[in-house]
Amino acid sequence: MITKRDVEHIGWLARIKLTEEEKSKFAKRFNSILDYFEILDEVDPDVPPAYNISGLMNVFRADVVRDSMSQDDALGNAPKKEGEFFKGPRVV
Amino acid sequence: MKYKESDGIVIGLEVHVQLNKLNSKLFCGCSPRYHDAEPNTHTCPVCLGLPGALPVLNEDAIVNIIKVALALNCKIEKQTLFYRKNYYYPDLPKGFQISQYDYPIAIGGKIKVNGMGGERHIRIKRVHMEEDPARLVHKGPIESSRYSLIDYNRSGMALIEVVTEPDLRSPKEAREFLNALRNILEYLDVFDDSLDGALRVDANISLAGGARIEVKNISSYKGVEKALLFEIVRQKNLARRGIKITQETRHYDEKRGVTTSLRTKEEEHDYRYFPEPDLVPLGVCNRIDEIRGSLPELPDIRRQRFVQQYEISDYHAKVITSELRLADFFETVASEVDNPLLSATWIADVLKGELNYRGLDITAFPPKHMIQILQMLRSKKITEKSAVQIIRTILDEGGAPPEIVKRKGLLKIEENIIASAVAEVIKENPAAVQDFRNGKNEALHFLMGQVMKKTHGRADPNIVNKLLREKLQCT
Ligand SMILES: [Zn+2]
Repeated sequence: MITKRDVEHIGWLARIKLTEEEKSKFAKRFNSILDYFEILDEVDPDVPPAYNISGLMNVFRADVVRDSMSQDDALGNAPKKEGEFFKGPRVV
Repeated sequence: MKYKESDGIVIGLEVHVQLNKLNSKLFCGCSPRYHDAEPNTHTCPVCLGLPGALPVLNEDAIVNIIKVALALNCKIEKQTLFYRKNYYYPDLPKGFQISQYDYPIAIGGKIKVNGMGGERHIRIKRVHMEEDPARLVHKGPIESSRYSLIDYNRSGMALIEVVTEPDLRSPKEAREFLNALRNILEYLDVFDDSLDGALRVDANISLAGGARIEVKNISSYKGVEKALLFEIVRQKNLARRGIKITQETRHYDEKRGVTTSLRTKEEEHDYRYFPEPDLVPLGVCNRIDEIRGSLPELPDIRRQRFVQQYEISDYHAKVITSELRLADFFETVASEVDNPLLSATWIADVLKGELNYRGLDITAFPPKHMIQILQMLRSKKITEKSAVQIIRTILDEGGAPPEIVKRKGLLKIEENIIASAVAEVIKENPAAVQDFRNGKNEALHFLMGQVMKKTHGRADPNIVNKLLREKLQCT
């Protein structure tokens, strides 16, 4: 059972501020998602977990350099920048 | 003494080491050689976390981490998986870090360390692979900066995390551990520790009766010892004032040498680890024998060989093998000079000391210079004092031994010149001569000093001694 407090915490983890209204709304939605997952509980658990569905193992690339993007291209998508840097929120 | 055994100090380390000798990053082809580059010039859609970009694992990064794990006596796991470690931070463009969780590459190793009360084994809990986050540049101190600037050049570099069991008992032991680890990595040729940010440490420390404190962001060898010492003093002071130490994460401020509390930080379960669906599982068992066969001689084995092969002391062998380049230097010199004992003494005791004093490493001194100096010393062309002077001159002013000998007039003087200096000194110091004849041995030291002074330290002390005794006895 997901409570409003849980939603608050999840919001904090995602650095998203939620209104009281949103907290109630998301609590309801999270709970319905969890209900949906309960269907999985009906499956016979006696199968090994599938970590990857491709069935592949050991996919590698050789340790070779390839050209990087230009600084302009890299910064081109930045919502905020300052000089040669991306600009982000202060860290904890 | 800031701490003692009864403080019940328990330390565990999480050491992050960049595989900075690789040609490319962990999941993309960007070059990891960004140290002299402009910010944000070594990026691509993968390491910038642009939508749709997919990671592909660098094979040599895996070979390198297996080398490290084997050198640390770890058990390589049959199957290993990458996970997403989710947390929202500007240094992670994807909103998660590709790391490992269950099923790391390797578990259960150990490193031998010179600790309190002799040699100790520090257990390694696990070794795993992850991508390095970007570098954050703060405006002002971390606690008060209003925003951060981000350089994604470092983002996605191959990073190894070595986690110890809480086996360390003092800050000094923690530093010894790091030295031993650094030494092994250097021998494996997977790591260049001279590069900025090559090694970063998080340390867990508790004192008897107190909770575990995690100190993050220690970025140098010396910093580890300092940060831990600071924590011990801080925690002891709190305890003395009757304040209970509760579990928290602190940040180490290298400049100020203090740790400061970080406000709420994610707990382990907040990271919501789950298997990275864009990467397939790894099974590296079939590679282990081949990789083990390719391992170079490691520090401990080399030290034992030096003691056996060159018959040098265990102490000298330890000092010399504590750095790969120093050990190579010694072998080059010893093979030419044909006197390993002399070579070991001059390299471990004299040269190393002079280098440390100047904050230099062995690359500042070409081995051929040491060979020339020791050869002149062996053929008695120069005195030990002059040899030291030549070493200092090379380090301070540059130049090569033969030229320095000439320029500074360091060639040992001939016996006949010493003899005339001896005669003069005897003539000029009748009182001391009389004292010696009356059985006062110190008088001989005084007279020797006078001869050395006259010859500007270039006389062989053994010859001075011999000539003085002869003269004093027969006149
Ligand atoms: Zn890239």
